[in-house]
Amino acid sequence: MAFAVRKFDAVIVGAGGSGMRAALQLAEADLKVAVLSKVFPTRSHTVAAQGGVAASLGNNGEDNWHWHMFDTVKGSDYLGDQDAIEFMCRKANEVVYELEHYGMPFDRTPEGRIYQRPFGGQTRNYGEGPVARSCAAADRTGHAMLHALYQRNVRARAHFFVEWMALDLIRNAEGDVVGVTAMEMETGEVVIFHAKAVLFATGGAGRIFSASTNAFINTGDGLGITARAGIPLEDMEFWQFHPTGVAGAGVLITEGVRGEGGYLLNKNGERFMERYAPTVKDLASRDVVSRAMATEIKEGRGAGKDGEYILLKLDHLGADVINKRLPGIREIALKFANVDCAKDPIPVVPTVHYQMGGIPTNYHGQVVVPKDGNMETIVPGLYAVGECACVSVHGANRLGTNSLLDLLVFGKSAGEQVIRDLNADPGLKDLPPDAGEFTRARLARLDDQTNGESVSQVGADMRRTLQLHCGVFRFPDLLVEGVAKIKEIAARAVHTEIKDKSKVFNTARIEALELENLIEVARSTMVCAEARKESRGAHDRSDFPDRDDKNWMRHSLWYKEGDRLEYRPVKLKPLTVAPFEPKARVY
Amino acid sequence: MRLSIYRYDPDKDAKPYMREYDVPLEPTDQMLLDALVRVKTLDDSIAFRRSCREGVCGSDAMNINGKNGLACITKIADLKEPVVLRPLPGLPVIRDLIVDMTQFFKQYHSIKPYLINETPPPEGERLQTPEEREELNGLYECILCACCSTSCPSFWWNPDKFVGPAGLLQAYRFIADSRDQATSERLDDLEDPYRLFRCHSIMNCVDVCPKGLNPTRAIGKIKEIMLKRTV
Repeated sequence: MAFAVRKFDAVIVGAGGSGMRAALQLAEADLKVAVLSKVFPTRSHTVAAQGGVAASLGNNGEDNWHWHMFDTVKGSDYLGDQDAIEFMCRKANEVVYELEHYGMPFDRTPEGRIYQRPFGGQTRNYGEGPVARSCAAADRTGHAMLHALYQRNVRARAHFFVEWMALDLIRNAEGDVVGVTAMEMETGEVVIFHAKAVLFATGGAGRIFSASTNAFINTGDGLGITARAGIPLEDMEFWQFHPTGVAGAGVLITEGVRGEGGYLLNKNGERFMERYAPTVKDLASRDVVSRAMATEIKEGRGAGKDGEYILLKLDHLGADVINKRLPGIREIALKFANVDCAKDPIPVVPTVHYQMGGIPTNYHGQVVVPKDGNMETIVPGLYAVGECACVSVHGANRLGTNSLLDLLVFGKSAGEQVIRDLNADPGLKDLPPDAGEFTRARLARLDDQTNGESVSQVGADMRRTLQLHCGVFRFPDLLVEGVAKIKEIAARAVHTEIKDKSKVFNTARIEALELENLIEVARSTMVCAEARKESRGAHDRSDFPDRDDKNWMRHSLWYKEGDRLEYRPVKLKPLTVAPFEPKARVY
Repeated sequence: MRLSIYRYDPDKDAKPYMREYDVPLEPTDQMLLDALVRVKTLDDSIAFRRSCREGVCGSDAMNINGKNGLACITKIADLKEPVVLRPLPGLPVIRDLIVDMTQFFKQYHSIKPYLINETPPPEGERLQTPEEREELNGLYECILCACCSTSCPSFWWNPDKFVGPAGLLQAYRFIADSRDQATSERLDDLEDPYRLFRCHSIMNCVDVCPKGLNPTRAIGKIKEIMLKRTV
């Protein structure tokens, strides 16, 4: 039986911050757009972002986008592309004001302007000291933003397909993207979405690790789909460990706690960040703080029975400030750590949080690949934004609050690019004769599998492998071993078996399909990490402790086929200003 | 840990039934959702929604020992065993603990859940005093989990006509926003024997809200403003 075909101008996969920002652009241009999401849009993981969105509004002290750009380039450990970084920092004020106009309930200054707080790595005058650049709605900024974007989309009458999971890309003989297959979760029905543009906004894949701040749905679907379609993934070795996940539970505690004046203590009650980052201390960038914490724990200065965590102290802020600016944190600490943070410190550990790498794109959201000597050949019809994309503005380490900004800026710019492309070429290209065949074969394999392993078993082995072999500190023998292990696990993942064969809301089938996506992400991560012989940003190797700009100031590109790697140079030339030359990174 | 879980797969079951599970827990399993995830490793056919596992996405609302709540922030230690899990009451069941939320979202959409302000915006932000902004506290935090509306007898009887606590809380969120210009239009829309006035202050919504919000108070405020404009 052939899959049903539905035709659209554009299909957006994912309804988090970036997908909904792009959807809004297209819906307001009266295009026929389908927005597919595994969950009701306001349940997307953007909802969990806490601390704020970066923009140099200067509502609470002088600021400008040049300083923001410098911080972002430095934060990226000089792996970020400076054209994209300039683009993002210059656009920041515009997209944040737009969000406010949509109804976003930002906190306010006494003058009635958007409230801003300091955040890690965000500084004034090129590193002199912290700056209040994070525009916040208490500690629920992501929630407020996601709801505001959804609400604006309701107003613009965007067409959502709720609880649909994308499965595979459809490319024609020329390699152009002409659609995507997707499954309606409630019925199990697969439909071909035939479109002039397919835009991925599927978020990250933090669920490749055992301990992660990420939601269950963060399974890298867009990345798995892209890799299977022969398109490389970029810089997958760079995973951000957020310094403050609740010990044991992994739930995120915003950096905004430190932005408001909280700080970290070891078991001796020492404010140890003063040793590691004398200028900005607890507000150094996340890779620096996470490494400092891991070092304290490793050297026996961790708190707790087994010295396994660090303490985050904020009781000195007083109950009033905590209730006003950090109410969600108080709730989380009570629920997940059994601690009233207005009285006692919260036990925290560095926890996987964010994927800096992703589907390679330019700053218009167009997916670009090396072809015939051109390192940035556009894949017609395919776009990617948000955490699933690698623009690359975050390089080897993202700054807190730059993620929500990334969603807004590139969601909008990709939406604008889709509109330009559809105006230039309004035709719908034909589907290839075998459209949907690949998806059908994958689903048939899963349904017919007998004597296979359970999805939960293979998934647990994958998560353990990444946790053990690709952590805050990375070691050569563990990396080599990790590559071999993950290849072996990937081979098992194509023989998973599900007992549940129902058509109706079959979450076993969905989890099996998600695992196939996670596995591609996990494999690319291990292979890229083993290959990069330097330490940069979040990638820290014991055998190559220094950054090596001569050999490694370049982006990794991983292809699923044969685990092949290619590299492309970092773009050091901004759009209009002078480049920021690589320097030693001190905070 | 012992659980008794509502099971129904229309693909194969003639009617719903309760199934008992004995599931071994790990010391790290603290929340009810952790236990459900363990159950799923034993029986992959059990279906429930879940995502953020920290009480902000609103996916895993269900009826827990007779009371609506989120599995991810309900502590196992606080529950009497066997823990009886049923789908949210009053909505059609799709499968197991998964309900069809169409009617719930239809009511949410019906209150025009977006800022209405036809004045062209300034280049910067629209100004709002901290006091005006504070009016939105206790309103904007709603996660649309539906615990409240599906615990409300008025919503059970008239899900197609009564907006329900979640929708009304959001209606008031926009009425209370100093930037919104559609208050009178919003009040007109609610001035109806069913849409607003089916609320009889039973307050189940307040009792179950996992975010500690108070829809009854918001509804009271709407009624108050409505009364004021008639005198």
